[in-house]
Amino acid sequence: MAKQLAAVLGTGQTHHRSKRTDVSMAGLLREAIDRAMTDAQVEWRDIDAVVIGKAPDLFEGVMMPELSLADALGATGKPLLRVHTAGSVGGSTALVAASMVQSGVHRRVLTVAFEKQSESNAMWALSITPPFTMPVGAGAGGYFAPHVRSYIRRSGAPEHIGAVVAAKDRQNGSRNPYAHLRQADITVEKVRASQVLWDPIRYDETCPSSDGACAMVIGDEAAGDAVEGGAAWIHATAMRTEPTTFAGRDQVNPQAGQDAAAALWREAGITDPLHEIDTAEIYVPFSWFEPMWLENLGFMPEGEGWKLTEAGDTALGGRLPVNPSGGVLSSNPIGASGMLRFSEAAKQVMGRAGDYQVDGARRALGHAYGGGSQYFAMWVVGAGKP
Amino acid sequence: MRDVAVVGFAQAPNVRSTPGTTNGVEMLVPIFAQVYEQTGLSKSDIGFWCSGSSDYLAGRAFSFISAVDAIGAFPPINESHVEMDAAWALYEAWLKIRTGEVDTALVYGFGKSSAGNLRRTLALQLDPYTVAPLWPDSVGIAGLQARLGLDSGKWSEKDLAEVAARSRADAVGNPLAQVSGTHDGADLLEAPYVADPLRAHDIAPVTDGAAVIILAAAERAAEYARRPAIITGIEHRIDSPVLGARDLTRSPSTEAAGRAVGTGDVEVAELHAPFTHQELILREALGLGDDVRINPSGGALTGNPMFAAGLARIGEAANQIFSGRARKALAHATSGPALQQNLVAVLEA
Repeated sequence: MAKQLAAVLGTGQTHHRSKRTDVSMAGLLREAIDRAMTDAQVEWRDIDAVVIGKAPDLFEGVMMPELSLADALGATGKPLLRVHTAGSVGGSTALVAASMVQSGVHRRVLTVAFEKQSESNAMWALSITPPFTMPVGAGAGGYFAPHVRSYIRRSGAPEHIGAVVAAKDRQNGSRNPYAHLRQADITVEKVRASQVLWDPIRYDETCPSSDGACAMVIGDEAAGDAVEGGAAWIHATAMRTEPTTFAGRDQVNPQAGQDAAAALWREAGITDPLHEIDTAEIYVPFSWFEPMWLENLGFMPEGEGWKLTEAGDTALGGRLPVNPSGGVLSSNPIGASGMLRFSEAAKQVMGRAGDYQVDGARRALGHAYGGGSQYFAMWVVGAGKP
Repeated sequence: MRDVAVVGFAQAPNVRSTPGTTNGVEMLVPIFAQVYEQTGLSKSDIGFWCSGSSDYLAGRAFSFISAVDAIGAFPPINESHVEMDAAWALYEAWLKIRTGEVDTALVYGFGKSSAGNLRRTLALQLDPYTVAPLWPDSVGIAGLQARLGLDSGKWSEKDLAEVAARSRADAVGNPLAQVSGTHDGADLLEAPYVADPLRAHDIAPVTDGAAVIILAAAERAAEYARRPAIITGIEHRIDSPVLGARDLTRSPSTEAAGRAVGTGDVEVAELHAPFTHQELILREALGLGDDVRINPSGGALTGNPMFAAGLARIGEAANQIFSGRARKALAHATSGPALQQNLVAVLEA
């Protein structure tokens, strides 16, 4: 029997801030969950199962927090799954929830992802040095900066491209009422004048560190049909993993990302993603990852992703608006960042993206990556059934 | 939707301490080789990979990423991970096969509890604002649970010792068990309390270990196993974390999962009970009578690798089907304090 149809029925997210000390972890999760359930017009009795995701437990200092959060998640008496696949986890979590519906096991599944970094210290959590593993010692930016330098060298991209991405995403974020950073007056010049943190990544080209959560309700065909104004139908999903280090690994254009994208486009029946996808929410924690992932995903040939960015084609109103919500550069609750990409893609095709709605968006990409550019999760959602 | 079968199972020796890393690679590589040999499959034949482990147990962030090195994951693989016992990773893989996206999946779990102080580490699973700061450890909480059953007359210390004696005697036939031996229940009762009313024999040992299972779509299972174990039901539920808000002498989540899968005619059951009294709770919750053989492997009381022991219960139940000793077997996995979260699977020939 073929895979069952599944659709996003509604989405919700918190206001993202560096420290949400006004709420507990349970309160943060419920802020996103309650909004998603209202948006989906479902009650607790409609929810068959709950799938939760977040990045390392050390980020909050709580082991398997879903156990103590079971009541707040509305999961008591129901199935509860906890996913952890590094930075891609928000995307993977949504895909596990989707598979519960696609396999015909459940009719409506609540999925939620979060990070409350203010509970602990993420820099500490990432700085533990296990035996036989080379320490990074410089946080995520220090890890990824050499990949960016390599990209610039290989592609010959002009050095202002990163600033173009950062200014665009932060301006987009100013249209998003939930965004952590909302900088309507930021310019390419201002970004280029900000301090270099990890050459060539400047302060304004770096994602913030956020507390936040994102939730979605995913349902079967009958539930999707009942959504007023139309659900976001899941057209294709893909996940791929490769090891962190091995001889000859291409960290700029990882094979796992290329393979995931190829499988995704194949399942969605897409042969020319740049023309057939109307908008993309791509996981861009440092500005230069926009052109890098445009190539890895197959939107542009290798070495030419920056040309789409430079031409303004990834801005709102361009050929392929990328991160109209403001993206990871505007809000980064790590475990939730991937689910935000997936849910923002869904909002676009449901016509619920408010001030950053892409006109006529019918098919959208949600993308997440994690670890050392080695974990990839992505989906294509559409306004029509696949 | 199509059925899914267990076609291969292997586990590392259950031991108090291994010299390897906390990412499990040294324990996983040999048992991956064993399941490939059992099934005739190789790495490139596996459609989906899913694992269960804990960063807190490993004492580091992202331990599961290093575990991927045990696979040799290039070309890239279709892979996922749960921060739970790998029995729930098996559930995710079961879903994936049922969607029709893949025909085979390899599921693994690993835990190196010797790297830390397990009973204190597990205290960090409790409510971080109101309970964990008091550091009630996992053995202490199980002791409170056992005490409630003793005081209400649901079981006696002798009942608990008999569970331990049977488990250890069965483990004599299991070369991978950590604890085994023939004991008289009465002898065991002369031992001192570790956490009143629990004695050493009531408490699963601290174990390093790992387990792996290969699943296949039922229509292809006969290619990989002579007698595949078809998963005819798999369900899981969670109870409230508030220890004072539920009757700890029962397991409503196990009852609900058992009702959903149907436990009638089960001949043998592998129950994930890290404490003797929890086996009694589970047997009652699942309605398993005296005619059902419990834990022929010796169970978690004779080897309890965290995040792998639940998956190993499914594997041991499958072994009963593989070997022809049973036609219908039940497997159970637990997670969280005092049997908070439970999974029940039924496997049939």
